[in-house]
Amino acid sequence: MIRLARYLRPYLWPALFSVLFVFLQSLANLYLPTLMADIVDTGIVRGDMPYIYKMGAYMLLVTLAAGVLTVLANYLASKVASGFGRDVRNKMFAHVETFSLKEFDQVGTSSLITRTTNDIAQIEQVYMMILKMMTMAPLMCIGGIIMAVYKDAKLSLVLVVTLPLLIVSILLLAQKGLPYFKKIQKKMDRLNLILREELTGIRVIRSFNRTKHEIDRFDDANKDITQTSIRINQIMSAAMPLMMLIMNLSMVAIVWFGGLRINSGSMQVGDLMAFIQYAMQIMFSVLMGAMMFIMIPRAQISATRVNEVLDIRPDIKDAKSTALVNNDENTQGVEFRNVTFSYPGAENPALNDISFMARTGETTAIIGGTGAGKSTLLNLIPRYFDAVSGSVRVNGVDVKTISIEKLRRMIGYVPQKSVLFSGTVAENIRYGNERATDEEIKEAARIAQADEFIQEMSDGYDSVIAQGGKNVSGGQKQRLAIARALARQADIYLLDDSFSALDYRTDARLRAELGRMTQTAALIIVAQRVSTVLHADKIIVLDDGKIVGEGTHAELMETCAVYQEIVASQLEKEELA
Amino acid sequence: MSDTKNNRRAGGFGPGHMRMPVQKPKNFRKTFRRLMGYLRPHYAVLIAVFITAVLSTIFTIIAPKLMGNATTKLFEGMMMKMKGVPGAHIDFNYIWGIVITLVLLYVLSSLFTFIMQYLMSGVSQKMVYKLRKQVNEKLAGLPVSYYDAHPYGDVLSRAVNDSENISNTLQQSLTASITSIITLVGVIVMMLTISPLLTLVLLVTIPLSFIGIAQITKRSQGYFKQQQEQIGKLNGHVEEMFTGHQVIKAFGKERESVGKFESINGKLYNSAWKAQFLSGIMMPMMMFVGNIGYVLISVVGGILVINRSIQIGDIQAFIQYARQFGQPLNQIANISNIIQSTIASAERIFEILDEEEVSKDDEASEPLQLPKGHVAFDHVNFSYKEDQPLIEDMTIDVKAGQSVAIVGPTGAGKTTLVNLLMRFYEVRKGKITVDGTDIRSIKRERLHQLFGMVLQDTWLFKGTIRENIAYGRAGATEEEIVRASEAAHADHFIRTLPEGYDTVLNEEGSNISQGQKQLLTIARAILADPVILILDEATSSVDTRTEVHIQKAMNTLMKNRTSFVIAHRLSTIREADLILVMNHGHVIEQGTHHELLEKQGFYADLYNSQFADEEKHLEIG
Repeated sequence: MIRLARYLRPYLWPALFSVLFVFLQSLANLYLPTLMADIVDTGIVRGDMPYIYKMGAYMLLVTLAAGVLTVLANYLASKVASGFGRDVRNKMFAHVETFSLKEFDQVGTSSLITRTTNDIAQIEQVYMMILKMMTMAPLMCIGGIIMAVYKDAKLSLVLVVTLPLLIVSILLLAQKGLPYFKKIQKKMDRLNLILREELTGIRVIRSFNRTKHEIDRFDDANKDITQTSIRINQIMSAAMPLMMLIMNLSMVAIVWFGGLRINSGSMQVGDLMAFIQYAMQIMFSVLMGAMMFIMIPRAQISATRVNEVLDIRPDIKDAKSTALVNNDENTQGVEFRNVTFSYPGAENPALNDISFMARTGETTAIIGGTGAGKSTLLNLIPRYFDAVSGSVRVNGVDVKTISIEKLRRMIGYVPQKSVLFSGTVAENIRYGNERATDEEIKEAARIAQADEFIQEMSDGYDSVIAQGGKNVSGGQKQRLAIARALARQADIYLLDDSFSALDYRTDARLRAELGRMTQTAALIIVAQRVSTVLHADKIIVLDDGKIVGEGTHAELMETCAVYQEIVASQLEKEELA
Repeated sequence: MSDTKNNRRAGGFGPGHMRMPVQKPKNFRKTFRRLMGYLRPHYAVLIAVFITAVLSTIFTIIAPKLMGNATTKLFEGMMMKMKGVPGAHIDFNYIWGIVITLVLLYVLSSLFTFIMQYLMSGVSQKMVYKLRKQVNEKLAGLPVSYYDAHPYGDVLSRAVNDSENISNTLQQSLTASITSIITLVGVIVMMLTISPLLTLVLLVTIPLSFIGIAQITKRSQGYFKQQQEQIGKLNGHVEEMFTGHQVIKAFGKERESVGKFESINGKLYNSAWKAQFLSGIMMPMMMFVGNIGYVLISVVGGILVINRSIQIGDIQAFIQYARQFGQPLNQIANISNIIQSTIASAERIFEILDEEEVSKDDEASEPLQLPKGHVAFDHVNFSYKEDQPLIEDMTIDVKAGQSVAIVGPTGAGKTTLVNLLMRFYEVRKGKITVDGTDIRSIKRERLHQLFGMVLQDTWLFKGTIRENIAYGRAGATEEEIVRASEAAHADHFIRTLPEGYDTVLNEEGSNISQGQKQLLTIARAILADPVILILDEATSSVDTRTEVHIQKAMNTLMKNRTSFVIAHRLSTIREADLILVMNHGHVIEQGTHHELLEKQGFYADLYNSQFADEEKHLEIG
């Protein structure tokens, strides 16, 4: 919370003025009862009508001033808090956009989303409250006490009794109530979980005839949360009456003791009336303050979550050098030289001493089981991660010495999970290359085997893709993602298991087309299916982060045990014979 | 209090202070009446709530007048003293009496308020409990098509958030409304008894605040709507960009993405601060109007006291009444919004409750004795939508123990088949029979017992591995569970886990691999011991060793059972007794491997492009 306050710096003056206005307005409000006391003690007692009119006009003026001040304070506070929210959001988003995959995975996508949206909004809201009200509560409280003491110091002793009483009972209730609030949150999560499981697993539940069981499970959770809710509401139903009782009784006490003071001639009736109003103001501000304090811990949690993200420093540094002139035939392509890579905190390296060369004009396939390190290997090329030791080279140059922008411009990348963006089909493909002509886009789609289904869509290339690509099938998404990479006309194509959702025929055709298209580029394919890699110029077999085989299909069938195992698992033994 | 509650309800993004635009119910009257129906069992309690509310309010209303009387006595005594009347004193006996009465009144009032809230908390929570229970039970009776057509987030939010909204209204707003109305009426009556003139003066200020509120609300709602829109856009952009992070990096689009974010964020700022500002001046404005009332009372009251038409204590009472006035006014101004949003919530819940349930099982359903698993499709027609026929005149006959391979591209309609066999959807024409009995005349429960499913999207719930396997059959013994997982080749990996069978699968099921999950679902199916199987062969995302296990486990499972296999493996396909070739949801060819090859159709094409190629290479290798 406090650390985030540095983002308030550009709004320092408006914020200060806002607080000042709130302060002045509080003073004005505190002044009113005194004026009223004057009306009573001077005006009424003496029967002085003109005095009453004069004071009345005076009071109106004060009221008006207070009104204007609040509006001004409010105007400034709104601008400050909204501006603060905007700035932190901008900062946060831009910051996250500099993250490499490592930092991104560290927090998690969905968590990053809520932190950028909900958490910042939460903080913004609390700053707004602080500026508008929280400054008012202590001011009113302190001001009220000063005025009360000024009116009659001895009578103020009543407050010495009642105020601690009020505060203690608030604390007591909070202490009793808060654990329940936490419990409720957990029970709510449980209820949500059960219902979600029920909704997503409906087919399984019905097929095992477990509907009754699910109903009971939900009912248990439902009962549980109901009981806790009733309990907490019962506790909380004591809150308001208790506060009111304390306030009302202290008022009665003031009247009684005030009466005694008047009797002894040390106080006037008007002052007593003013005093009652000050006492009320003091206690209301204590209540208000208590409510605010419930909000701060919530915002504090949000602030911590936001700060966590802002504190992450992306560890991939961009290089200045741009020299990439290299016409040496032998080094054209991607080369791994003794590359080792570990995820932070992992015991074993994900990639261990990897060396190979994927030449321009060739197709290099990488195969291996889950967790073998295939995707990790691909991720080192566009520098989503940096190798711990060894070097990744593109056309003979270490990727760490090429500016990231230049490096990535050379690469056409198709991720494992095909992500499309909202927009038309053409826009999505053009994402790979802004300068691509309509012809080039169509050509890319044709090679990716996407042209056909695009033509079948209602608006062809202008058909709109919904957010997250919900309105196209998995296979179509993959093909569009491939077309997008192809439109880039890159020097290196990286395909990360990008055929998994394609049927065999499309897969085969696509591979044939790709081979033709990429004669001037290095093509690296990660795959799980043997059929996908059969025709590659070079197959690299990964197992547990190490290269255990390198060669063509025929060669590997002879020499590589792991490869044979993979083939065997995908095609039954009898077919090998 | 109720204001903070409202905030929480508006929830999530955006400082939802005061008067956000509310969703309007479609049929207010009907829904309202129906919601009232839920309160009927609680009438007795509600009447008690009402009585306590009235009593506690009345006590608080009487108090200021009494206190005013005390002040008056003080003033009188003081005036007498000042004038030097001999023997003048303040009548402390009288004041003491008032003080005692006041203490009594306040204690009683607080007590009644407490009782009211206490009672109400039971009513509101029980009612919400009932609503949730009904929704859940209703869901159990709804056809699968309902689940397919409604995103689960939507159903979830209706069952949880909307019911929560109703309970909040009952707990906070209902009682607050009762007391507000009584307070308002009571205060006006009390004020009238003190001084009609002063009352008139104060009431003049009310329209003033109402006009002000209406004006501001009108304007701020526009901005709130804009703000909501921008928030939606912003969230959408963030979600899209963060999920596509890798792609954005790959194509170097960071700057563009940040630029778009900043532009939406800028627009959000513009509408947000205006909405905040406008809604924020509501309270100061009410305060301002209240203060004007205060000043008027002080001045006019002062004059009236001098004229001897009212007492000094009356001014004090009046000031207190005026303060009590503001709160209920605000409350009442808000009441229509609260009721509207509550009714809208109730309506969304009732919409679920009114969905049509699955057709009841025939009373005369004949129990299937000793099922064998002979499945036949007899001229079956099916489509999800009237005008898009999917399956037309399909006739197949699968003898007990035979296997059927379903071949075709992903998404070609394998779920359709599951849907029909399990009667999740009804065929439009023709019939499906098991052992000669139309599945429509078999009790659903019995029908489901005949089938076992192992699908690729493994559904497991948060709980131990043992519980998840035991899901296959209620009341399975430990031994049966272990035997089933042994048969499914799952026992070994389960025992390597630190907690063994007691390992708790987490919410995302990310603590075991996809392949291991599939082994668990196979074990579950083995335990259920069905006559007919529906299987889904794994494609990718499973490592080779687990894959071998899965394959073996599936073979075990398929023994002596009729099976429908969504097939990816050549061996499964070739050995199948019947191959169904599906494309775009249609069954386009059916027959055995050889029949289909001879046909030279889609299947032959598929086979040649893929498997023949593979075999050739394998022969070389």
